[in-house]
Amino acid sequence: MSVGSGESGWRTLARMGRPRATKANALAAVLAAALGFAMVTQVHQNRSSGLDNLSQDDLVALLDGEAQQAVRLGHESDTLTYTRDQLRGSSGDQAALSAAQQRLTQLGILAGTLPAKGPGIRVTVADPKAGVQSANLLDAVEELRDAGAEAIQVNSVRVVASTYFSTGSDNRLQVDGTAISPPYVLLAIGDPHTMSTAMAIPGGVVSTLRQLGATTVVTSSTAVSVSALRARSGDRYAQPDTTSTG
Amino acid sequence: MIPALGLIGGLLLGLFLHPDVPLWLQPYLPVAVIAALDAVFGAVRSMLDGIFSDKVFVVSFLSNVVVAALIVFMGDQLGVGSQLSTAVVVVLGLRIFSNVAAIRRHLFHA
Repeated sequence: MSVGSGESGWRTLARMGRPRATKANALAAVLAAALGFAMVTQVHQNRSSGLDNLSQDDLVALLDGEAQQAVRLGHESDTLTYTRDQLRGSSGDQAALSAAQQRLTQLGILAGTLPAKGPGIRVTVADPKAGVQSANLLDAVEELRDAGAEAIQVNSVRVVASTYFSTGSDNRLQVDGTAISPPYVLLAIGDPHTMSTAMAIPGGVVSTLRQLGATTVVTSSTAVSVSALRARSGDRYAQPDTTSTG
Repeated sequence: MIPALGLIGGLLLGLFLHPDVPLWLQPYLPVAVIAALDAVFGAVRSMLDGIFSDKVFVVSFLSNVVVAALIVFMGDQLGVGSQLSTAVVVVLGLRIFSNVAAIRRHLFHA
């Protein structure tokens, strides 16, 4: 330490700092300029670049963080999508309700609790010789069902799945225990052409009835009204099985 | 004086030009800048000690920069580039601190 006083230090600095036109001084200036340039450039680079200056470990950690964030957001998105679908399901409920309503109507027609009308045929069986048996009526009904009849009525009795034909003690035909008398009128809603063809096939209902001495008239109509109703009765034993589907 | 003016001129040039650092230079520039700073502070200290030499400054400046870059380059090749960069920065930082302390003692006697 050759410096004795404060002035000496500053003076030394000033003396050394005096411009000297030496080659080395110029070179030092160039180097200093390069240093300044490099410093500013580096600072600028450091500020402008985002991930470039991070190490591999930092990048891996960053990637992990991003992945976890993505997973979390994915879960959130799923939840929100589910909720949205639930909320949007109000219209789906509407569709399900109308479908259920439609199905209820169909089942009502099948079960005979609802009146039905539509295109169909009217089969009128005149039985002057009283030769028609309950089996013949059953055959006729089965034939109509095979031909696609959706609603059938015999005289004033609606034909449903559990309908039975029998003969009463007075030799009158009975449908579901209700005595009916000739002429027997079967009303069937369905495709008129198919059903009338089914009635008229050789060896079928009409020819069999003719052999029994009955005359059968089949008329097609675009508007047959099956208006006989059947009382709604709950099943006593059979309950809907909700545990299994199909 | 002239080197100080050169430093300021370089700073201004960098401020106005905003150059992009080429990719191959990116790992070495920060370390090189630190090494050059060390050389500059060492030069100021030697000035105050009265043993300053332009030639020594130029040589030490260049050798500092080259050696620092070489160390980092070697570290990159060996797979310890970031650690060696840290090491170089620590060492140079220590030197800068000690140089600045010497300068401070010279100028402020404290």
